[in-house]
Amino acid sequence: MTEERKNKDDGQATGSPTSSKQSNDSSTREIVIPGEVIGEGDLLPGEGTEKRDGKIVAVRYGLKESDSKLIKVIPLSGVYQPRRGNIVIGKVEMLTFNGWVIDIGIGENAFLSVAEVPRYVNKNDLGEVMDLGDMAVAKIWGINARGIDLSLKSRGLGKIEEGMIVEINPSKVPRVIGKEGSMISMIKEETDCQITVGHNGFVWIKGDEIENELLAKKAIEFIARKSFVSGLTDEVKKFFEEEKK
Amino acid sequence: MEVKSKPEVSSQPNKKQNSVERPDGRKADETRPIVAEVGIIPNADGSAKFAFGGTVAIAAVYGPKKMHPQHKQNPSKGVLRCDYSMMSFSVKDRIRPGPSRRSMEISKITEWALQPAIDLEAYPNMVVDVHINILQADASTRCAGINAAAMALAHAGIPMKDMVTSVSIGKLDKELVVDVNKAEEDWEEGEGATDIAMSFTSAGELTHMQLDGHITTEQLKEAVKLGQKAVKEIYEIQKQALKTGKKIETGGKKK
Repeated sequence: MTEERKNKDDGQATGSPTSSKQSNDSSTREIVIPGEVIGEGDLLPGEGTEKRDGKIVAVRYGLKESDSKLIKVIPLSGVYQPRRGNIVIGKVEMLTFNGWVIDIGIGENAFLSVAEVPRYVNKNDLGEVMDLGDMAVAKIWGINARGIDLSLKSRGLGKIEEGMIVEINPSKVPRVIGKEGSMISMIKEETDCQITVGHNGFVWIKGDEIENELLAKKAIEFIARKSFVSGLTDEVKKFFEEEKK
Repeated sequence: MEVKSKPEVSSQPNKKQNSVERPDGRKADETRPIVAEVGIIPNADGSAKFAFGGTVAIAAVYGPKKMHPQHKQNPSKGVLRCDYSMMSFSVKDRIRPGPSRRSMEISKITEWALQPAIDLEAYPNMVVDVHINILQADASTRCAGINAAAMALAHAGIPMKDMVTSVSIGKLDKELVVDVNKAEEDWEEGEGATDIAMSFTSAGELTHMQLDGHITTEQLKEAVKLGQKAVKEIYEIQKQALKTGKKIETGGKKK
C-alpha cells in the first residue's frame, strides 16, 4: 500500500492541513461511510445511523459522534432538510392570490401566506410587497404533506432590500454560526456588518461599506472551506488579522 | 469497449492448455492498479474518480433536487437518474459523442446496480442525478463507472444502506480471471472470452450481473464467488478514499 493508507487513522477529510492537532479527538470524530459498522451492543442509533442485527450501521457519509449511549453521524455534505422553526432565506418564485411561493433551495417549494405577513397587504397587488425575484428571510412554521409553510411574524424577518447573499453548503451552517453564535458574532464585530444565516445555506450580509461586505463574504467562504479544522475560531481570528494588514 | 465479438471456437491447437497466461502478466485473481479519489469536481454535490489501470471513470452527483420534467416526479420517494457516457477521445477510434444504444443501456444498468443500496424515501418529488464519464477506456468501463458513482453518491451525502462495488470477471478459454482488460476481452483462443460484470454491496449481496458469452452454471457460481472475493479489496480502497479524502493508489506503476 502507498503512504495514503497510513493516514487512515487521521480520519480527516479533504484539505485539512492540521492533522497533528486532530489526532487527540479522532476517536470521537472519525469519518464513516455508508454501510460501515460503527458500534455494537448497548447503544442507541441516532441520526444518520440504523440498527441492523444488533449492530449500529452508518447510513450517511459524515463524522461519527458518540455520547455515552447515543451514536450518530453528522453529515459533511448533502441538501438542506427543512425543520420547524428554522430561519431560511429564499427567492419569490410565484405569486398566488393569497400568498407567495418561495424557493428555499430544496425540491419542495415553500408557501408564505398573506396572513403570515405582519403588515397591510393589498390582496389585489401582492407584488407591491414582494415581487418575483425578491428575496426574503422567513421562518418555517409548519411542514405538512402539502409542503412547507413560512411565516414573517418574528423579529428580523422580512424582505431583503439591500446587501448581498452568499451561498454555502447547508451542512456547514452550524460551523458558520459557531457555539452559541460565537463565530458569527465575531464576524459581525470584525466586519461591522449585519449577517443573517439561513439554515438552508444562504447567508445575507448587509454592511455600510461594500469592502466590509466583501470581507464578511470572504470570511464565510473561508469557514465553509475549513469546516473540518478543529479550533476554527482561532483560525478565523488569524484570517482577520492577516486580512486587516 | 464491452461490445463483444462472438467467441470463436478456434481450430488451432491450444498452445497453453488449462492455464492461460494473461496478456499483462497478472495473476488470475489480481486486479489492475486501482486509483480512487473523491471531491474531484468542486461544483458537484459529490464527485469521485475511479480507475482500473487504463480504464478511468469520473462521476458527479447533483441533488437531491426538484425533478424536471414534472411528470417524472414520484410523490412517494426520490428518483435516481444515471447518465453514463464515454468521452469521444476515450478510445483510439473516436466515439461519436451523445447517447447511443450502448450508453443508454449502461446508464440504466448503473441505475439498477445502485438502486438497492440507496435510500431516497426522504426525498419525494426529487431526483438525484449521477453523471458518469469515461475518460479512458480499456474494458470494464461499467464497473469503474459504478464504483465511481457509488463513491460520489456517498460523498454527496445521499443516505445509503451500503456501498456498492463492482468488478468484472472474465473467462479466458476455461480459466476465470478478475478485472478484464481490452486484450482479454478480445481473447480468441480456445473457448474465447466471456465477460461477466457484477456488483456487490459490502455485505456481499449481488446487485447487478451481466453476462456476455458462454459459461456453465457451475463455473458461473465460481465466478460469483471470485467476484465476491475481489470486491472486498476494491471496497477497502473506496473506503479509504472516502475516509481520507486523498487519492488512493494501489499496485505498481499505472499502465
